[in-house]
Amino acid sequence: MPPVLQVRDLQVTYYTDSGRARALDGVSLDLNPGEKLGLVGESGSGKSTMALAMMRMIKPPGRIEGGKVVVGGTDLTALSEEAMRKARLSKIAYIPQGAMNSLNPVIRIGAQMMDAIRAHNPEEPRAEAEERCMRALESVDLKRSVFKMYAHELSGGMKQRVCIAIGILLRPQVIIADEPTSALDVVTQRQVMETIDRIQHELGCAIILIGHDMGLMAQFVDKVAVMYAGRLVEVSRVRDMFTDPKHPYAQALIRSLPSLENKGVFQGIPGLAPSLLRLPSGCAYHPRCQHAMEICSRAVPPLETINGSRQVACHLYVEKDLYAEKA
Amino acid sequence: MKPVFLIKRFLFLILVIWSAATITFFIPRLSPRNPIRERFVELARMGGFSPADLEQIVASYSQRFGLDKPLYQQYFDYMSAVFRFDFGVSLNKFPKTTVELIMEALPWTIGLLLATTIIAFVLGNLLGAVAAWPKAPNWLRATATPFVLLMGVPPVIMGVLLLFFIGFRLKLLPLGGAYSIGTVPTFTLEFVLDAARHQILPALALILGSVGGWVLSMRGMGVTIQGEDYVTFAEHKGLGPFTIFRDYYLRNALLPQATGLVLALGAVVTNGIVVESIFGLPGVGRVLDQAIRSNDFIVIYGIVLFITIAVATLMVAVELLYPLLDPRIKLD
Ligand SMILES: Nc1ncnc2c1ncn2[C@@H]1O[C@H](COP(=O)(O)OP(=O)(O)O)[C@@H](O)[C@H]1O
Ligand SMILES: [Mg+2]
Repeated sequence: MPPVLQVRDLQVTYYTDSGRARALDGVSLDLNPGEKLGLVGESGSGKSTMALAMMRMIKPPGRIEGGKVVVGGTDLTALSEEAMRKARLSKIAYIPQGAMNSLNPVIRIGAQMMDAIRAHNPEEPRAEAEERCMRALESVDLKRSVFKMYAHELSGGMKQRVCIAIGILLRPQVIIADEPTSALDVVTQRQVMETIDRIQHELGCAIILIGHDMGLMAQFVDKVAVMYAGRLVEVSRVRDMFTDPKHPYAQALIRSLPSLENKGVFQGIPGLAPSLLRLPSGCAYHPRCQHAMEICSRAVPPLETINGSRQVACHLYVEKDLYAEKA
Repeated sequence: MKPVFLIKRFLFLILVIWSAATITFFIPRLSPRNPIRERFVELARMGGFSPADLEQIVASYSQRFGLDKPLYQQYFDYMSAVFRFDFGVSLNKFPKTTVELIMEALPWTIGLLLATTIIAFVLGNLLGAVAAWPKAPNWLRATATPFVLLMGVPPVIMGVLLLFFIGFRLKLLPLGGAYSIGTVPTFTLEFVLDAARHQILPALALILGSVGGWVLSMRGMGVTIQGEDYVTFAEHKGLGPFTIFRDYYLRNALLPQATGLVLALGAVVTNGIVVESIFGLPGVGRVLDQAIRSNDFIVIYGIVLFITIAVATLMVAVELLYPLLDPRIKLD
């Protein structure tokens, strides 16, 4: 089956007063129908930027400098502004980071669902569209009565659910949920994740879950992509990622997870996240990397497939493969 | 809405009326001048009657207005009259009462102020919202600029300038009055059109200077609202730009502007009165103007009192409408 989402060499730059920040530097990614991908990385590594670039919603001072995003055979980057507007929500939906403030405070939840439907299917009869909204609310475990309520009458978890309900209204092939649980308490976090999981099963859509809580994410996704300073450094199946991470940064992330062995003693990753304005030469992670070699400060390692099923961008493995071939 | 809230607002209105009445009671009595005597001295000078009768007439009038009673008695009478909506009898237009004079003039004032305030508010807020909307065409965004430049010009100056250039120099519109001399107010199309022509310059004098204020505050508000997550999410939903502009951006940016409208009411009335007297419109402004010229203190303070009560009542009324604009506001 062809991938439902293909991202090719996506590049985004923010032109700030203090210089150009390469927030996304040649990111490529494939997602199969029904696949669940977790996108993790430190705050500021470019996760939201990647999602927004896929939606073609990068705002000044940011600019998409190049690359392609193909959803279900449609090249979004080639669409007109109006066609792209129609593609949002119907082909690819983005459930924003900070769902707390993502609902209009002065109009009812129902109106905010109906306007989404009407923007895409103006002909759909009112009763039918309303029924569709009701079913979407029910499928995220909200009561039908929420349709008539205002945002301020809902709890944080309920607002997040409303945003998810809006995201699935038009049954898009790809849904991106940007840190859907970061503002919620632990119990609600789990419930929301379970809801997303169930919805994904029902719709059969592909989903990208952005977050920095690897532990929570591990239970819900098939694949994990690790982002560092605007690049993907490793994409692996979730089991591989947790049992045998390849990229030194991914290894550090996994090590820093709380477990029974380290008894909650937080192990941070040594060193500071780099400024995008002054990225280290070569591999951006090399100043913090325990395995850094001479080549790491000279050349940017490309994202290569190793062992057939996983992708890693690290000179450690390129070199090894070369040695293996020579031997 | 809870009844407690209504009772509180009602008590607030009573307090406003009581304070305003107390002030309008004492201020004229602090003055050493005796307006009744002054009025009749003037009449006597014009030869209406012999100065010998003067003292007698003044005394009888003072008695009529209760000015011979002890102060506390006068205060009590005055206060109970005010709460019966009786603001006294005009000295100059006797036997007309202040309320009669106001009521005759009020339709003109309400018509002018209501229309100009609504036009300025709607125009200013639309232009301001558009000026802050990055997707609007540049020519449209620039439309607001002239109004911002005119913002500092007070309605008096604006009125005089309009009168001079458009009324006097270009003779495009009438110089003053509410309708052409010689016509009788009737409900014919001809008369209505004639009256409307007379309202254009006064209306412009009130509108031109006040649009800019709304433009500026709306533009500031608009910039803030655009950055809100719900506007961004509306774009993610694939809504058309017009829906986003109206339901997500404008609706929210307008909320603080409604409060601004309440605060502006006082200035609206003051400016309206000034413009009415410049253009000789038969509104409350002219009644006040004539009362001041003839030192008719009963009417002067009656109008001051009336305006205070009217503005306070309007403010409470607009406040009662807030929950319709913003569902987060509960009146309690
Ligand atoms: N509007 C913006 N203007 C300038 N720089 C930005 C803007 N948005 C994001 N960035 C930069 O892009 C980088 C990636 O940001 P973001 O995609 O939000 O990261 P994440 O979602 O992983 O936390 C950050 O380092 C940030 O400094
Ligand atoms: Mg983010």
